[in-house]
Amino acid sequence: MTPKSRLHVPKAHARPGETPDFSYVQISPAGAVARPDINAPAADIADLANSMVRVLDEDHRAVGPWHPHLDAGELQIGLRHMLLTRLYDNRMQRMQRQGKISFYMRAYGEEAVSVAQCMALRPSDMLFPAYRNQGLQITRGRPLVVLMCQVLSNTRDMCKGRQLPVLYHWKEGNLFSQSGNLATQFPQAVGWAMAAAIKGEDRLAASWLGEGSTAEADFHYALLFAAVYQAPVILNVTNNQWAISTFQGFAGGEQRSFAARGNGYGVPGIRVDGNDFLATYAVTTWAAERARNGFGPTLIELVTYRGGAHSTSDDPSRYRPKDDYERWPLGDPIERLKQHLIRLGEWTEERHAQLAEELEAHVTDSWKEAITYGTMTDGPRLESGTMFEDVFKDMPEHLKIQQAQLRALRG
Amino acid sequence: MAIMNMLQALNSALDTMMARDPAVVLMGEDVGYFGGVFRVTEGLQRKYGEHRVLDSPIAEGGIVATAIGMGVHGLRPVAEIQFADYIYPAYDQIVSELARLRYRSAGEFYAPVTIRTPCGGGIRGGQTHSQSPEAVFAHVCGLKVVMPSNPYDAKGLLISAIEDDDPVVFLEPKRLYNGPFYGEPDQPAQPWNNHPKGEVPDGYYKVPIGYAEVAQEGSQVTIVTYGTMVHVAQAAARTAGIEAEIVDVRSIVPLDIHTIASSVRKTGRCIVVHEATGFGGFGGELVAQIQQDCFWHLEAPILRVAGWDTPYPHAFEWEYFPGPARIIAALKSVMEAS
Repeated sequence: MTPKSRLHVPKAHARPGETPDFSYVQISPAGAVARPDINAPAADIADLANSMVRVLDEDHRAVGPWHPHLDAGELQIGLRHMLLTRLYDNRMQRMQRQGKISFYMRAYGEEAVSVAQCMALRPSDMLFPAYRNQGLQITRGRPLVVLMCQVLSNTRDMCKGRQLPVLYHWKEGNLFSQSGNLATQFPQAVGWAMAAAIKGEDRLAASWLGEGSTAEADFHYALLFAAVYQAPVILNVTNNQWAISTFQGFAGGEQRSFAARGNGYGVPGIRVDGNDFLATYAVTTWAAERARNGFGPTLIELVTYRGGAHSTSDDPSRYRPKDDYERWPLGDPIERLKQHLIRLGEWTEERHAQLAEELEAHVTDSWKEAITYGTMTDGPRLESGTMFEDVFKDMPEHLKIQQAQLRALRG
Repeated sequence: MAIMNMLQALNSALDTMMARDPAVVLMGEDVGYFGGVFRVTEGLQRKYGEHRVLDSPIAEGGIVATAIGMGVHGLRPVAEIQFADYIYPAYDQIVSELARLRYRSAGEFYAPVTIRTPCGGGIRGGQTHSQSPEAVFAHVCGLKVVMPSNPYDAKGLLISAIEDDDPVVFLEPKRLYNGPFYGEPDQPAQPWNNHPKGEVPDGYYKVPIGYAEVAQEGSQVTIVTYGTMVHVAQAAARTAGIEAEIVDVRSIVPLDIHTIASSVRKTGRCIVVHEATGFGGFGGELVAQIQQDCFWHLEAPILRVAGWDTPYPHAFEWEYFPGPARIIAALKSVMEAS
């Protein structure tokens, strides 16, 4: 036989009409992964990138060295934020279908990533989100009305009608402006963290991107600069298995875990069950302690699943089995935390239903208020001459002329 | 006042600003221990420490991205891209992020980053060490773009750029670092000592961004140009015996069309000269704006003299360079037209 080279084209585990097979997802038993000291050198803890930190077991108990021992009140807050994120998302999706907004992206199935991680960080820490991290806004207490006004591009839109829906920012809340270009925020977070270290602060930066975006050069810039300068930063890869229709194999996930990308740079990479609220919280706390104590950056891979479409512009039944999410082995983050609280005797189905009802009413009230500030179809609208503002700090003459031209045209 | 070449003037600007404002930090390839491949940052790491003058990995996209993050966190980074030809890996961070941050966040976030980068040819750099990409940045709304032509402007403009809360792409014509260049590579190099703009104040001063300067008054024709070509145009007009008014654009964005147009209205004739490739070049914008403002004062069509529409070839550097012969031909052409 003559030896031949071979081109490998990754194949999704299942496409429409096929049976989902998640045997490719390496899952460690709850409690099985050791929790190293925060000052452990990256080389000594390389295995964290290949196992999976999990705290909640099959019986909804919290077990093992990563158990964060949060009190029931905090867990209930986490549950509330996740549920509010989901109900907000669902309403916005419906509003898009009704033509009230142009576009939307839900975080369905990934709510624990933003909520647990945000709760594990301090309000003074600077967050550089990707587009499916609305849970960060909610956890930091942003009123829904404010988020809805952005999505509506109305007169109260924080972005003054300049950004697609869901690309929020909140300076006071230490939430950076979101870009529509993927991964660009990752190395920016490292720069922010470098500045924090130059100033001698104990604040850290955290950033998120999807596993698909790890293919961008910016991901590698971020890891490199974080490693070189030992920046106090937490770099999070939300591995939700899908980049629109492209499964994680096309980002290189077949060969090595995304967490293992850190090891080549000497950045500890740690893989966690991203649908396990407790494990996600614990791993983030560990990474934050490392950063705050001068032990540098951490790369966290949060293994989760994109339960819905990429956005309101695609139909996932065209590229993956309909029952994919039902068969996802790590379950649903809200359901798992709920069952854990019930097991602790700190929650009931009745209270859950009551909470859902209360939050649903809050979403409704917020929407009713938000649309009074305008929708895509009904006024009031922003004055279009504002489009010339903020291109520069002070408007240069050529923009003043164009602004006057537009206003004259409008009469 | 001291006599400085452009490298010393730029170094003096950085030194002045680092002493005045602890938020000013420098970063880039070889800028720290070594002081930069052109020596612009020489001595600054020794003086201000490793936390304020950072040697960076060879990753222009990472340099600009981390500079943005630092700028958001209250620092005033000055990032050096070693050659303008190397800036393209950072293009997405410059265009989609740096230039758009203030706009997309409705003024809440901004990053006051200055990107310094040597540009232009005439140093036997071949196609990857000779480019003048000003048009590429002028086309991006949200960026200021400047190119000084002498040590005095270099220092004053760089101080303005560092203090500016908007991002500035600061292009340094590297052929001018050590002396003015009159377009004759076979002639002995001239130092800045004999040039009035080689006299530079030691301390703090600004040349404001957004203003062109009449580098030489004249009555017969206006030459609108910037960077290295200011000096080449001056020499060419002298050789041709034509009294040209030379307008040094200096600030490409925002553009000072008033100074340019009032000169052209006065002379009635105009050529636009730049070293960069002509097609789609910034000269096209200049010509469009000049004819719009000055059409009824023009005695002749406006001509452009620019680099050919090819890459900058190593072996044919001086054939590519839009030197005195081509400028003189254009001057004669607009002088003859009536």
